[in-house]
Amino acid sequence: MDEKLGVASDSGRQAPDFKGSQRIVIIKYNAGNIRSVNNALLRLGYEAEVTADPEKIMQADKVIFPGVGEASTTMAYLRETGLDQLIVNLKQPVLGICLGMQLMCSYSEEGKVECLNIFDEKVRKFQLPQSNNENIKIPHMGWNKITNVQSPLFDESLEGEYVYFVHSFYVALGEDTAATTDYIQPYSSALQKGNFYATQFHPEKSGSVGERILANFLKL
Amino acid sequence: MLAKRIIPCLDIKNGQTVKGVKFVEIKEVGDPVELGALYAEQGADELVFLDITASHEGRKTFVDLVKRIARNINIPFTVGGGISELSDADALLNAGADKISVNSSAVRNPQLINDLALNFGSQFVVAAIDAKHQQGDDWVVTVNGGRIPTDKKLFSWAKECEDRGAGEILFTSMDHDGVKQGFANEALAKLSDELNIPIIASGGAGAMEHFKDVFTVGKADAGLAASIFHFKEIPIPELKRYLVGEGIPIRI
Repeated sequence: MDEKLGVASDSGRQAPDFKGSQRIVIIKYNAGNIRSVNNALLRLGYEAEVTADPEKIMQADKVIFPGVGEASTTMAYLRETGLDQLIVNLKQPVLGICLGMQLMCSYSEEGKVECLNIFDEKVRKFQLPQSNNENIKIPHMGWNKITNVQSPLFDESLEGEYVYFVHSFYVALGEDTAATTDYIQPYSSALQKGNFYATQFHPEKSGSVGERILANFLKL
Repeated sequence: MLAKRIIPCLDIKNGQTVKGVKFVEIKEVGDPVELGALYAEQGADELVFLDITASHEGRKTFVDLVKRIARNINIPFTVGGGISELSDADALLNAGADKISVNSSAVRNPQLINDLALNFGSQFVVAAIDAKHQQGDDWVVTVNGGRIPTDKKLFSWAKECEDRGAGEILFTSMDHDGVKQGFANEALAKLSDELNIPIIASGGAGAMEHFKDVFTVGKADAGLAASIFHFKEIPIPELKRYLVGEGIPIRI
């Protein structure tokens, strides 16, 4: 079922001037925060379609794969609907966000499930340090820095900026690491391999910094 | 390093922002969407919108306002007030809320926290606790804006909220709220030591030093305030620069 979400502004703030004619698709599936991503795009002046229609997803110029939820139930849904095969075969720029990024890895400890295997990385649960003197909490929730940024998703000005995270599972540093964040240990807060881009953080909730990252993706 | 969060709280009545002194006298200070967007631009890390009339008038929450907030604001926000069943939370999630807070309704029906966490995830569920100091470690949990004491105690109830699946605790000291003499740091530190989920401190902010104290002495993960921001007594950019100067990890 297709869904066009409403216009950006009804509060008296300036309505966005919609940019270009590129087709942006947000994959609709059984996960939360889809509206948040759409709202962020509207604020940037881009209109996106939220859809699970394979034709529309394949023909889009940009595909966003958001997600808040549990890995194994979400993977089961992607397999049932055939979205799993569809996503791995996409050729245009694809951006996975949060759970979307984790599902693009090979395996997740959350529900012990095989995932899409776009990135050859396992998703692990954060473990509290032995002596937790600093009162470290799980989930990693709040604003933290991205460093060693290395992807067209980020420009130099984004090095060391704060972005918003909410997650209990993480991806270790590896060859596809596109940004590093330190929480309990340094880990991959963004990944990139070819046309597949992914962020562990929520650019749609990361203020103006997040908007710059989304804009960089849409300019690819 | 994870930054400590500064959270302006916007109390909402009839679609307008208000702040009651000790929750009694109420005075309007503006449109929530405009004010929220302004705070986001100034560097607020999150926003909380509480429908303060909801619990005692039995009103349902303000879904249309939440939709406007979600469209216009680019940082996370929590909404609360009058959420007593899953369908209330579901409507707010669909309107674009990042988190919901439950207070009196969870005290009356603790299973609500389990149900919310199971259906929407712990990251969506903030347990808000209003408590009044008795003596020593003894804090009694109150409901309906501090008007009604309950048989629950702060520390055991906070732990129970965590065990039932709450993702964060928002603790308001009814003794400190509106008094502007600093947060309830001793109780906050105890909460932070005893629980493994983030603690949001509320009630008592009157000066920039109070935020330094709540993050160091009080070990809080976030500091929430209303009137000092609404009446521009402490501008957020100035507060954040001060805290950075004091060595507190803060997003600038």
